[in-house]
Amino acid sequence: MAEATLRIFRGDQGGGTMKDYRVPVAPGMVVLDALHHVQGHQAPDLGLRWNCKAGKCGSCSAEVNGRPRLTCKTRMDSLDLTQPVEVRPMKSFPVIKDLATDVSWNYQVNKKIPPFQPREGVEWKMQQHDVDRVQEFRKCIECFLCQNVCHVLRDHDKKAEFGGPRFFVRVAGLEMHPLDGADRIPLLKDALGIGYCNITKCCTEVCPEEIHITDNAIIPLKERVVDEYYDPVLKIVKKIFSAGR
Amino acid sequence: MTDRFETHEHDVLIIGAGGAGLRAAIEAMAQGARVGVVCKSLLGKAHTVMAEGGIAAAMANVDTADDWRTHFRDTMRGGKFLNNWRMAQLHAQESPERVKELEHWGALFDRTQDGNILQRAFGGHTYKRLCHVGDRTGLEMIRTLQDRGVQMGFDVFMECTILRLLTVGGRIAGAFGYWRETGRFVVFKAKSVVMATGGIGKAWKVTSNSWEYTGDGEALAYEAGADLLDMEFVQFHPTGMIWPPGVAGILVTEAVRGEGGILTNKSGERFMQRYDSKRMELSTRDEVARAIYTEVKEGRGSEHGGAYLDISHKPADYVKKKLPSMYHQFKDLADVDITAGPMEVGPTCHYMMGGIRVDAETARSTLPGLYACGEAAAGLHGANRLGGNSLSDLLVFGRRAGLAAAEYAKGIAQPSVDTAQIEESERGMLAPFERAEGESPYAVHRDLQEAMQDLVGIFRVEEDLKKALVELQKLRARANRVKVEGSRMFNPGWHMARDLQHMLTVAQAVTISALARKESRGAHSRIDFPKNDDTWGKQNNLIRKERGEMVLRQESTRDLPDDLQQILAEEK
Repeated sequence: MAEATLRIFRGDQGGGTMKDYRVPVAPGMVVLDALHHVQGHQAPDLGLRWNCKAGKCGSCSAEVNGRPRLTCKTRMDSLDLTQPVEVRPMKSFPVIKDLATDVSWNYQVNKKIPPFQPREGVEWKMQQHDVDRVQEFRKCIECFLCQNVCHVLRDHDKKAEFGGPRFFVRVAGLEMHPLDGADRIPLLKDALGIGYCNITKCCTEVCPEEIHITDNAIIPLKERVVDEYYDPVLKIVKKIFSAGR
Repeated sequence: MTDRFETHEHDVLIIGAGGAGLRAAIEAMAQGARVGVVCKSLLGKAHTVMAEGGIAAAMANVDTADDWRTHFRDTMRGGKFLNNWRMAQLHAQESPERVKELEHWGALFDRTQDGNILQRAFGGHTYKRLCHVGDRTGLEMIRTLQDRGVQMGFDVFMECTILRLLTVGGRIAGAFGYWRETGRFVVFKAKSVVMATGGIGKAWKVTSNSWEYTGDGEALAYEAGADLLDMEFVQFHPTGMIWPPGVAGILVTEAVRGEGGILTNKSGERFMQRYDSKRMELSTRDEVARAIYTEVKEGRGSEHGGAYLDISHKPADYVKKKLPSMYHQFKDLADVDITAGPMEVGPTCHYMMGGIRVDAETARSTLPGLYACGEAAAGLHGANRLGGNSLSDLLVFGRRAGLAAAEYAKGIAQPSVDTAQIEESERGMLAPFERAEGESPYAVHRDLQEAMQDLVGIFRVEEDLKKALVELQKLRARANRVKVEGSRMFNPGWHMARDLQHMLTVAQAVTISALARKESRGAHSRIDFPKNDDTWGKQNNLIRKERGEMVLRQESTRDLPDDLQQILAEEK
């Protein structure tokens, strides 16, 4: 049977090294299978996360040959196996051990977002075409790969001021819900700092669910923030309307 | 002495954060209880996230003739009448309300033309009944519940594993566990505990289940003295992926058949004709799994030893819209375009019908203060679960468990915990580090999976089951001597050493129950007893720990009241 070398980061917050492991390669094998082989036969203490092994839970995120990927969806036969396959933890989050990172910050950001709030007296009817665009956002499996590649987080570490693409997707899902009545525009501008995003589309590129994060979520939300805060004409119109009430 | 450990106090402690645990937490909080939720993975990664096809609820949005009675009858028939009929009744009656509730909390289901929740056909359901979101219904459900719970403010203890339930005087006092990240121990004091840990599928080799599914809830409850019920009923889902080898076992949703998918053997014959000509591909899971298994066994299998499942006669856009994750799963993992040609599928260990014995109304176990819901609990599904009845089960009985656990907690003071129980558990958990010699827990796990796959699979026979019991004994001895490498920090090998013990306990319970039930019913097929037996049809297998031993006994089921009997008698 063919073999490949996995070069895996082994270490923790205090640092670590890249270690090589030889693994047999079976047809259709994915990187997660190879990691499990290492765990099962050579390094039982190899720290990594996984659950569904089918691209549905978003647990097994890592950087494979420098590319942020779900390891369960990265086929070994898509990689150059004449070279060692490098597997590292996501760079934007602190390492716990080996490939497991501390992603708890994401759960903190999520708490800031006001939940779905149906408009008063709403009738529970929706048309599929109104639901379609929101369902795109609801596909998110929270693998946090978009958060990992976003340079606002990765290079500038603006975790205190910026929510990141994952949570713009979440807010978009709520704001564009046909029956929702809450206003999250001030939150987007301030606590989630959407202005930091300069739409380089790195997030969209890595999304395993193929959500058009930038075009369908972030840009429309940015437009709403602009309309609310920076459009002089709309501002006057609003003033007149609120005065008339 | 508990000062040594980080300690938390709650009224209600929920173990497991899938649909059942989260729904229980939401309800307990609504009752004013202080609620803690403990889960082995990150929040939102539990098995519910993988549920694909839908939630069964007789809303009658598509087929207006549907009602709870028909859903009740379908569930009982699917379960070969071994179901706890009161659970089946409550489930059928309450599911529609639970689904609407999800919608009110923000879930977005696929829609009908007139703007209602769309419902699709599924195996064993008389009418189009499954509320769905493409083929990612579970994701929609878990995200909705998770966000609801977070906003209500429950305490979540992520990546934390429970090692034992703490009891005082035969009642629940809390639980003892460890943080997976640091390996440090943690004490949870609680007035009541809801067990919502899911199933046991990781004890089999070909399985759709994740690493978490090691039977923790069933084993912890058993160790604490609660009864387990009908453990022989393990569902093998008829359609798992079989090729390439790395993906073997990954689920192929029943929605493929619900949307019109056709099963054929290697000669192109639509073989379900010979097994269930009336319902064909939409027969119940036990029937379809046995059919595929038999086709393969008799030499009519597909290229890699399964059956062909084809949906490519439907328009490509329709397939991509209704089965998007199946489309990607096969394209990415198997180089198969399901809009252009057939998939290859075969049975995969999927779901546990048996589990912790509970009271229908309250989800109360036989141990005071302990409640159970979802896959960890038994009764609703009898000998075989219908597709779509799991997500509705989580909602209906998750809510009931949360409600009852909170009520129970209101009436009692915070119990003290027994330090001897904690110390014993701590010693057991640290022992593998102290051994100079010993094999890897992963090696023992592989052999356990082989044994259960070969000896306690879809078709069972006395000789195999007896052999399995001997094997399990040997495996237990090996598991007690495993050695763990590395430190206590995020060490999956160490975690496996413990999970292995749970798997061995449930594997034993499954095997002795399977050996005792001398008939074939639902998911339990005995080659040596191929027919239904009327006496066994009215008996449950109960398992309890007595003086340190696993003891099996039978108990008669309760007769149906006349009105429910009447519903079952109606032909539809």
